[in-house]
Amino acid sequence: MGKPNILSPFKAIRFLFQKPKTLRYPFEKKEPALRYRGFHLNDWDKCTGCGNCVDICPNEAIIMVEMPEIEPEAGKKNERPQLDYGRCCFCGLCVDICPPGALSLSRDFFHIHFDTDTFTFIPKDEERDKETFLPAEKYSVLKASLTHRKKDYEGFSSDLDYALFEPERVPMPEVPAEERKLSFIEQVIGYNKEEAKRESARCLECKLCEEACPAHLKISDYINAIYEDKPDESLRKIFEDNPIPAICGRICMKYCETACSLSIRGEALAVRWLKRYTSDVIADYKKTLELKPKPSTGKKVAVIGAGPGGLSLAYFLVLKGHKVVVFDALSGGGGMIRIGPPAYRLPVESIDKDVNHIASLGVKFRFNTKVGADVLFKDLLRDYDAVYLGIGTSVSRSTRVKNAEKCILALDFLQKNKIGKPVKVGKEVVVIGGGNVAMDVARETLRLQQMQYSGERTITKTVSLENWDELPASEDEIEESKEEGIEFNPAWGPKEVVLDDKGKIKGLQCKKVKSVFDEKGRFNPTFHEDQEKLLSGDMIIEAIGQGSDFSFIPEEMMENLEFTERRKVKVDENGQTSLPKVFAGGDIVNLNLDAVTAIADAKAAAQGIDKALSSQV
Amino acid sequence: MPQITEIAKTGSQRELEMYFGPQHLGMVGNFSITLKVEGDRILKATANPGYLHRGFEKLMEYRTWIQNFPIVCRINLVEPDHMEMIYAMGVEKLAGIEVPERADYVRSIYLELARVGSHLFGLWAYANMLGFDTVAQWAMYHRDLVLDLFEELTGGRVYHIYIWPGGVRRDFPKGFKDKIVKTLHSIGGCVPDYDDTFFNNRLFYDRAHGIGKLSQEQAKSLGAVGQVLRATGMKYDIRRVEPYAAYDKVPWDVPTREDGDAYSRIWVVRDEMIESVHMIFKLLDAMPEGSVYNRIPNPFKWKIPPGEAYVRCESSRGELGLYMVSNGEDKPYRVHFRTPSYSHGLTILEKVLESESVADVGNIMISLYVVAPEIDR
Repeated sequence: MGKPNILSPFKAIRFLFQKPKTLRYPFEKKEPALRYRGFHLNDWDKCTGCGNCVDICPNEAIIMVEMPEIEPEAGKKNERPQLDYGRCCFCGLCVDICPPGALSLSRDFFHIHFDTDTFTFIPKDEERDKETFLPAEKYSVLKASLTHRKKDYEGFSSDLDYALFEPERVPMPEVPAEERKLSFIEQVIGYNKEEAKRESARCLECKLCEEACPAHLKISDYINAIYEDKPDESLRKIFEDNPIPAICGRICMKYCETACSLSIRGEALAVRWLKRYTSDVIADYKKTLELKPKPSTGKKVAVIGAGPGGLSLAYFLVLKGHKVVVFDALSGGGGMIRIGPPAYRLPVESIDKDVNHIASLGVKFRFNTKVGADVLFKDLLRDYDAVYLGIGTSVSRSTRVKNAEKCILALDFLQKNKIGKPVKVGKEVVVIGGGNVAMDVARETLRLQQMQYSGERTITKTVSLENWDELPASEDEIEESKEEGIEFNPAWGPKEVVLDDKGKIKGLQCKKVKSVFDEKGRFNPTFHEDQEKLLSGDMIIEAIGQGSDFSFIPEEMMENLEFTERRKVKVDENGQTSLPKVFAGGDIVNLNLDAVTAIADAKAAAQGIDKALSSQV
Repeated sequence: MPQITEIAKTGSQRELEMYFGPQHLGMVGNFSITLKVEGDRILKATANPGYLHRGFEKLMEYRTWIQNFPIVCRINLVEPDHMEMIYAMGVEKLAGIEVPERADYVRSIYLELARVGSHLFGLWAYANMLGFDTVAQWAMYHRDLVLDLFEELTGGRVYHIYIWPGGVRRDFPKGFKDKIVKTLHSIGGCVPDYDDTFFNNRLFYDRAHGIGKLSQEQAKSLGAVGQVLRATGMKYDIRRVEPYAAYDKVPWDVPTREDGDAYSRIWVVRDEMIESVHMIFKLLDAMPEGSVYNRIPNPFKWKIPPGEAYVRCESSRGELGLYMVSNGEDKPYRVHFRTPSYSHGLTILEKVLESESVADVGNIMISLYVVAPEIDR
C-alpha cells in the first residue's frame, strides 16, 4: 500500500491518446470460440431418434417429433429432436449424452423474431438443410437467425472421453482359447452379480433394442431389474415374451445388440449375457414365476417339433388353458438347438432347464416320436383342434460335387457329438461352409482332434465361397475360431473330393471364386476355372446349409400347402397356413432362421390359435 | 406513508425512514436497505432481501444429480464457477467419486481465473458506484479478457457449466496455457495504473478509509468470511484451512490487512487478485498430464447412497458451503447453500451501517461485496 496521493490519478490522462479497446460490433468482428455453445446442429444420418437428449434435458426443452419422410428401421426411429429456445439453457448435456454423437452445438447464437413460434425448431445440419446454412461469403451477421446460419461453424461437440454413457462393455469372463479347445467346456463363464450390475448400469433405456427384437422383449425393464438387484422381477419380464431364457441367453442372434445405441460408437450392451445371467441366477423358474394357467378350455393342440418355436407356442397356449402335446423325433426338447450349437456354447442342461419348466406347466412332450412314422399327420389333424408346424430345417444339404457321398453332413456330425457317441475325426479335416454351422462344426472337430490325437499334429480348415468380408458367420464366431487355430480358405469353391487308390479321401480340389452373388444380390457363384488348389485332408464335412423335411405331410395336402416365392410356408398374421387347422412358424416360415424369430412367430401363432379355438363352440 | 406513523410513534421530528434500493444508482443488484436516519446519520439499517428468490434449493430436489449441474451456476451470476465446484464436491463426497489429479489442477486454475474475473467485476461495481468511471471501464474490459478465456475453455462466457462431478467437462484446448499467461500478463501490466488511479488515489482513500469498520471480534461473532474477515487481520482462507482441488500442491500466500474498514477490504481484494495470478502461473507449471474426467455413472440410473455431506470452498467472497442430503434416490433430498453474501449482506451490513453517513451506504455495501442473488438463491 503506497501513500495515497492526489496527483497520481492524473497519470491516466495518457490513455486519452490511445486507441479504444471497444470493438465496434458488427463492423468489427469477434468470432466465438471453437467450443462455443450456441444453437444445435443435428446430423440426421447419425441420429437414431433414441430420445436420450429428451430424457437428460434439465429444462424439458427437447421433444421428439415424428418425421414421416424418414423410413424407420431396426435401431433407428423416425423421430428427431425439436428444440425450444425459450427453455434451452445451452448446457450441452444433450451433446454429451448423444450415443451416436449426432447432436452438437454450433457457434451461431443470433435469433431475433417477432413470432415466438420460430423459437421452436428442429435442428438439422448443413448436409440436410442447404438453404439455412450458408457459406461465409453469403452469410451476413445482420440477417443471422435460425434460418440464416453459417456453414462449417460447429462449436461444442461430442467427445467420447467425456460422454455421459459408458461406451465399453464389462468384459465377459471366458475360458481361454488354449484351454477351451481341449474339451467341450462351456466357453462363456457368465457374469457374476457385480459384473451383471455394472453391465446393466450402462443401459440408457432408449428401447431401440425392443423394436429391433423380433419377439419385442421388454429389454429395458428386465435389464433395469438386474440393475436394481431384482432377478425375480427380471425373469418375470423376460417370460412375458420369451419362455426359454437359458437357451436364448446363450445362442440368441441378438438383434437387440446390433440396434443398441451404445454400439454406434462403443460396444453394445451385453443384452444376451444379461438375460443368461437372470436365467442362471434363478434355480427354479416355477417357484419364482408362480404362473397359473387359465382354467382348461378342453381344446387340444398338437405341436410338431420341440424347437424354440414349438416350446414357446406350447408355453403360451398352455397358459391360456389349452391342452398341448409336443411331438419330436429327438430324445429331448430343443429341436435343432439341442443338436446344433455345440456343448461349449449351449450345454444340454441349459436346454433341459427351459424344457422341464415348460413341461412342469402341463405341456405333454412325446419325444422319440417321428410324425409321419410313429404317428400320422392325418391322425393329428383328426384328434387335435389345431396343429402347429415348428419343424425347422433339419436336413443338411450336400455340395453334390464328385464323390461328395464320401463326406459327412454337418447335422449328423453335430448330433452325434452332442447327444450320441462322438465321431472319430481325421487328423486333417476340411469343413466346407462359411456360416455359423460351419464354424460350430470346425470348432467341434478341433476339440475332438485334441481329445482323440492328444499331442499329435492336427489341422482343421474351412473353405467357403464367400470372401472375408462376406462370410455369413458372425464376427465373434470367426474371431474365436481364429483364436483356437482354425485355418480359413475364403473365396474357394469345392470342385471335387479327391480319393486315393483305396477309395479314401485325399483332399478337396477347389477352384477360385470370382463372385458369389450376381448383380441382383442373388446367390449365383462364378469361378475362375483356371485357378485351382488341393486342400489335403482325410475327412471332409459339408456344412453349407439345411433344408426342411415335409415328407410327413400327405401328398394331397402338400399340394394345397402354399409357399412364398422364397420357398417359405405362407402364413397369415395369425400364423395360419393355407391348410385348415394347420399353423406354422419358425425356420419354415421366416427368413431369419433363428430362435428368437421362431419365438416371435410362435407368439403370433399362439394368439391366432387361441382366437381360432375360442371362436369354436 | 410510513414516515408519518414512525414519527408519531417515536415522537421525534428528526427521525426519518427511507429506502435505499432496489431502484437506486448506488445499489448493485436486486436488494434494498431500509434506513432510519437522523440528519445524514444512520440510526438503524434493515436489509430487505427477497427480490431475487428463485427457489434453487427446492428446484434442485426435483432434478436428477446430473441435471442439477447446469443449474447451480445460476445461483450467482458474478461468479458461477465456485457454485459448480461446491456442487461437484458435494456429489463427489456423497457418491465417493475420485477426481483425476490433472482435473484438480484444471479446477484450481479455472477457479482462480474465476476469482480474478469476479474481483474485477466487483472492482467495476465499486469504482462505478463511487464515480471512478475510468477504473470501472478498465475493470470491465479486463474482466472481458478473462471471459474470453472461459469461452475458449468451456464454450460459455458467463455460465460456464464446466466443473462436473468426476472432474471437468473438457481438457484445455491446444495452446490454452500460453493464452492464460498472455492474458494475465496483460491484465497484470495494468496494476500500476489501477494503483495510481484508484487504490492509491487520495480521493478514494478519503472516501473509503475508516468507514464500515469492523473489529476482528465483531467480524468473527457476526460470521464474516473471506476478505471481510481477512481485512480485520485474520489469516483465514478455506483454501488453506481445508485444501481442496490443487491448493495444497503449490505455495501461496493469504493477504490480510489490519484496519477492518472498506479501504482495507478493497486492498485485500487487490492483493488477492495478484496472489491468484501468481498461483495460476505456479499451477500451470506444476500441472501433470493425464485424464481430467472420471466417468460418472449412467445419469439415467444414477442413485447416490443415503447420506449427508457438508462441503466448503473459498469463493471470491469467502467461505461457500453446501449441505446436501441423499436418501438413496436419483435426486437430492435436500440442498442448502451457505453463501458468504448471506452474512455479509444481512447481519454485518446492518451492523456496520449504524452511525455511518447516508452517502456511504453504497460504498460500504459494495466493499462488503454483497451479491444479492446469493442471498436469495
